[in-house]
Amino acid sequence: MELLEQIAKELESGDDKAVGSLTRSALEQKTEASIILNEGLIAGMQVVGDRFRDHEIFLPDVLLAARAMNAGLALLEPLLAESDTPARGKVVIGTVKGDLHDIGKNLVGIMLNGAGFEVIDLGKDVAPREFVETARETGARVIGMSALLTTTMPSMKEVVSLLKSEGLNGTVRTIVGGAPVTEEYARDIGADAYGFDAANAVERVRELTN
Amino acid sequence: MKHTVDIPVQDVVPHERTVLRAMGVPRDREPGEQVARVLEEARDELRSLARPRGIYAEVSPRDFARIYRGDGDNERPNPLESIFPRADHLALFAVTLGAGVSDRIPDLFGEGRLALGATLDAAASESVELAAERLQRVVAGKARPKGGGAHASGRGAPDARTLRYSPGYCGWNVTGQRALFSTLGPEEVGIRLLPSCLMEPLKSISGVMVTGPVEIHEFENDFPFCSECRTKECRARIQSLRHEAPGIRMPTEGNPNGAA
Repeated sequence: MELLEQIAKELESGDDKAVGSLTRSALEQKTEASIILNEGLIAGMQVVGDRFRDHEIFLPDVLLAARAMNAGLALLEPLLAESDTPARGKVVIGTVKGDLHDIGKNLVGIMLNGAGFEVIDLGKDVAPREFVETARETGARVIGMSALLTTTMPSMKEVVSLLKSEGLNGTVRTIVGGAPVTEEYARDIGADAYGFDAANAVERVRELTN
Repeated sequence: MKHTVDIPVQDVVPHERTVLRAMGVPRDREPGEQVARVLEEARDELRSLARPRGIYAEVSPRDFARIYRGDGDNERPNPLESIFPRADHLALFAVTLGAGVSDRIPDLFGEGRLALGATLDAAASESVELAAERLQRVVAGKARPKGGGAHASGRGAPDARTLRYSPGYCGWNVTGQRALFSTLGPEEVGIRLLPSCLMEPLKSISGVMVTGPVEIHEFENDFPFCSECRTKECRARIQSLRHEAPGIRMPTEGNPNGAA
């Protein structure tokens, strides 16, 4: 089996040690970092994402695969930074102001990362302006917001309004999600997309950036 | 009068299957070796970090009506507004696993131990439900004295059942937390209410425990807000009242089937 294919397979089975070791071998064989990333790690994560979407594997398997991906990525990142290889795009994510729930947001970040996006995770309790400023400074194409409380959801609307008032709504798209958030709410506040779970959020972000 | 309760940690460690189900793994799916290892590690973390504590206080229907009204943001109609006036006994409650578990979860994510972080999160969510269940049994015992008779006050018929309801669910607006906290004072067991009405530590539950005849708890889930509810847990809760001994039984490590 070809080395890149092997990396993808080991990633799918969540073996971080094997992925790390195979990635090192690929680099020793002078395979370009961007090729290892795309044809090994992201290819493996794509299969994981598809199988998760189709309910063939479940969250713990996805997270073990993500850890394996990170083991490979840690070796590639310095080289990718040197070669200035573009990611699929930057996505700023965070849990909105007043909300401290971040598991859902973390899962979205992990899966976006696995799909090849560069994720800028602002953490939780993030003020509207911080989302907007970070997107502006980093050139991010998408802002992803998560809320688990009805009391904190209005902060999502503030971000959308702020982007509009600053003339960024055409260049920076927004996606919202979280237990109390609905597609209808996303539409009402003028968000560009709604993700009902982590896998769906990745698909929506792909659409927004295509 | 307020009562605080220390809950033994071994009573609130959820069964492996319960944690997997909470993570979306179907009942019939056997976990692989790696997943099983992470699962056991998460349960070990929970055993070592959780400090479950609860607080409760009996409240009159009149006082509860004021608390329930809160800031006036509840959905109308809603199930609880027709349930609590028919109850035999009402008790405000709050329960927490303590700060240790809630603090550990983001640390694990920060360390890149994603599967363990998410599994501990799921285990802790189930665990705090078990802690609430444990506290519910204490409250139910007060509402329905042993020996099968009713209280001298006439309340607490032997066939009475206790269920809990929380702000943020079933039409009770989450802002109801403010009135609940100012009356109950869960700070005594280490729970703080944030301006957004979120509780800290995150792995905490608050609400009211309602004791009364089975029929008062039954309602159809056809309120306008029910279509947006992701859990639909009310169906299982109501069903459990007909088929089980008073209260809900959830699986724990020593009792995987959750039987009484």
